[in-house]
Amino acid sequence: MQKLLIIGATSAIAKATARRFASQGAHIYLLARDAARLADLAADLTVRGAASAHVATLDANAIAEYPSVLNTAIQTLGGIDIVLIAHGTLSNQNACEQDINLTLQEFTTNALSVIALLTHLANYCEQQQHGTLAVISSVAGDRGRQSNYIYGTAKGAVSIFLQGLRNRLHKHGVHVLTIKPGFVNTPMTAAFKKGILWAEPDTIAAGIVMAIEKQRDVVYLPFWWRYILLIIRAIPERLFKRLSL
Amino acid sequence: MKSYLSPLTTLQGFGRYPQQQGYIYTPLSTRECQDHLPNLTMPCITQGMGRSYGDSALAEHVINTQQLDALLAFNPATGQLRCNAGVTLAELLSVFVPKGWFLPITPGTQFVTVGGAIASDVHGKNHHHDGCFSECVASLEVLLADGDTLTCSRSQHAELFHSTCGGMGLTGIILTATLHLKPIQSTAIMQTTLKARHLTEALDLFASQDQATYSVAWIDCLAQGKSLGRSLLMLGEHESGGTLHTVKSSNVSVPFDMPHLLLNRYSIRAFNTLYYARIRGQSVQQRVHYQPFFYPLDRIQHWNRLYGRNGFVQYQLVLPQDAGKEGLHTILRHIAASGRGSFLAVLKALGAENNNLLSFPLKGYTLALDFKLTPDLLPFLDELDARVLDFHGRIYLAKDARMKASVFKRSYPRWEMFQAIRAQYGSLGRFASLQSRRLGLD
Repeated sequence: MQKLLIIGATSAIAKATARRFASQGAHIYLLARDAARLADLAADLTVRGAASAHVATLDANAIAEYPSVLNTAIQTLGGIDIVLIAHGTLSNQNACEQDINLTLQEFTTNALSVIALLTHLANYCEQQQHGTLAVISSVAGDRGRQSNYIYGTAKGAVSIFLQGLRNRLHKHGVHVLTIKPGFVNTPMTAAFKKGILWAEPDTIAAGIVMAIEKQRDVVYLPFWWRYILLIIRAIPERLFKRLSL
Repeated sequence: MKSYLSPLTTLQGFGRYPQQQGYIYTPLSTRECQDHLPNLTMPCITQGMGRSYGDSALAEHVINTQQLDALLAFNPATGQLRCNAGVTLAELLSVFVPKGWFLPITPGTQFVTVGGAIASDVHGKNHHHDGCFSECVASLEVLLADGDTLTCSRSQHAELFHSTCGGMGLTGIILTATLHLKPIQSTAIMQTTLKARHLTEALDLFASQDQATYSVAWIDCLAQGKSLGRSLLMLGEHESGGTLHTVKSSNVSVPFDMPHLLLNRYSIRAFNTLYYARIRGQSVQQRVHYQPFFYPLDRIQHWNRLYGRNGFVQYQLVLPQDAGKEGLHTILRHIAASGRGSFLAVLKALGAENNNLLSFPLKGYTLALDFKLTPDLLPFLDELDARVLDFHGRIYLAKDARMKASVFKRSYPRWEMFQAIRAQYGSLGRFASLQSRRLGLD
């Protein structure tokens, strides 16, 4: 049975992904901030067929606590086959532009905490010579745009960090997966008007499970975002700076 | 963790009439919901998947339960399940059908939540034997306006249970439910289709086929004269042998609003004639998967767009058994003569009324029709209401978008008891929908 560690486990995408692994009978360890929601999710995964579902609370910004929390998780699971890092906040771009502390806070939550978690977990996987590190980045990290470049910068940093990690860990049999969802209909995006580009969390989860199985390096979810971003990245900066994206 | 409040949005039910400007609050846990409610300064109404047709889940402040979707405990020895109210029937089936369990009662779509199914006390093709959805509900946890959560059942706070089941969300917010699932050996249904040349034959078939587990009839509401009420009666039984495979159904979608002229008396008449002629013999047997048997329209996403941008009203009435034959003839003649047709007209024999104060079913016959919204539709439906009242029938609240308070109060005589119980639990003025205000349930 696969041993799965999920960080940011109560996020909509993580929850949908956990449910898919639960129905395959996985051992699952959940980390997130809200204890009540974690307890409900653990019960839910058990009903769906998880071999075990353990929980612990973790605030992604409490970086000093990572080693002990992660060691407990690894010991409880008895090793790790798959890690999914799914926590994040959708930064308020306008507010960040007026508030340095908020900007740095968003960058800590969306980038530094991920880098800190991966530093610890990468060393563990390197040592055990196997495992998948699956991390939710974003299409927003592919090019900076005025509407959300604080969030985009953090996600871009994560994507580049993962490229380096993949390069380093490949020879150790460790799979590093960069997940780049587009617009997803989650509570995080409740305030947005939805159009045809929006996908449901379970659609993203299905793509994540398949990308883990097929040992893919980078996936855009749904797949057609690859082509949208291909076009967006190809626009010359001289022109791009004049666009209102 | 913070919850999410939508921007001011145009809200509408599945029939897309009427509309209301409002905010949708989506709690991420039952705890958040408990914290939110006592601090709310305006009345609210709970919404699940938004599949009730009219205005029963519309208000300025809507609390959506879709994120309260955890399965909390399951006992494989008894089939007893405890879950949050925001779990959809589709999700339940996808988890439990492979384990050999099925819903004892299911409506005609699986895209509703457990909470919604309870609040509308929905019924299915086996109502004549097994009753409404509340029959498979053992107990509920209901969040009251003051923030307290009460567990209720047939033996504990029974009056709250019987006013919450079928109570259209007007007593409180259903947070969790304990249900009984039923064991199945196969996902296949043996479906028998019988042809009825007119209404009397259809009603006689319901009587003679009463032993069938599932029964429902599609009725051609545009046929007149000797063919008035010609129908295809569909019966179903769970297969005992076979497998529990789930199908990956190939869905189609109605991508945008169809021109509202698409559905008119000629196109619907042509459809009905072809549909009726599809069954050649007196009786046809087929082995089908449960999905197309129970949820034929679930395969067509956004089918409500077929009626165009203005939407439609679904009208479902029930007439008591003794008035049934004459009453249905009168009402069908009236509809057929008006030329308004619906290609989704359904006729079914229902079983006995239950103890829930606002539950719809009565021992008798129910007829469900869709009517495209046109300027002269609402007066026409008022005329139909008068005929329904003449025969001591009533209209289904989960479909209703326009009934007058006087019609409601005459046909749901237990409404005063319902209001008294709401008063007792502090629900008056705290839970309200466009529908409850229209019906005089303030």
